[in-house]
Amino acid sequence: MSFLITAIAMFSFWILLSGEFTFILITSGIVASLIVAYLSHDIFIGKPDIKIETRRVFKFIKYLPWLVWKVILANFEIAYLVLHPKMLIDPQIIRFETDLKTDLGIVTLANSITLTPGTITVEANKEEFVIHAIWQKSVEGIIDGEMQRKVKEIEGEKSV
Amino acid sequence: MDIRTIITAVFLGMGCFFIIVTSIGIVRFPDFYSRLHPAGKTDTVGQALVLIGLMIYEGFSMISIKLLIIVIFIFIASPTATHAVAQAAYLREVRPWKKKEKK
Repeated sequence: MSFLITAIAMFSFWILLSGEFTFILITSGIVASLIVAYLSHDIFIGKPDIKIETRRVFKFIKYLPWLVWKVILANFEIAYLVLHPKMLIDPQIIRFETDLKTDLGIVTLANSITLTPGTITVEANKEEFVIHAIWQKSVEGIIDGEMQRKVKEIEGEKSV
Repeated sequence: MDIRTIITAVFLGMGCFFIIVTSIGIVRFPDFYSRLHPAGKTDTVGQALVLIGLMIYEGFSMISIKLLIIVIFIFIASPTATHAVAQAAYLREVRPWKKKEKK
């Protein structure tokens, strides 16, 4: 099952990139996607629980607009800090504990933190996050924990 | 002038603005960690804006779908790379710059 899904995904990606439908290209595409699917289908799909994964995808799509909005805010904040004649930055390192369980949740939270106002993930693992914040205002945003709540909601209760 | 050309120009201009801000920030900020902030964030959005501008110029075609795939890839890869560099510095115990207390 996962073999088939991987092969179809790889082949549609091939079509998308080539955009031509000559015999030699289609044939080599099929051969290549079968080889790739054979080698890596257990990494690409794993053992999915379809119901949980579908719900996660929908929740992630709901999470995206909020994230994009935060990213835009982040960029204006950095642009303001860079262009301000006085150096306003006051960097500090903060740590906080996390109760996310899945790798996917940790990756999502870490990348979201890096993209949002004034913070960069320095170290992320299952026990704690180490964050470098560029000024006091962005520290408050992290301690508030809104982002972690949202990511936890995507993850759901059951850990896979 | 075509309305699509104007929208494209606006996107390209904003993208260039953010990339220039990134460059200035890398020069101005005092230490390694704070330099990562413009490099990791503003740069991502600058590139994304330029590519979105090109997508709008191109219209809906094979090329714009490829550009969209590049944008998605950059949005995943750039924070990850920033995080990897920051973690390397953290493990080597690079000290972050601290603001001097006012007397």
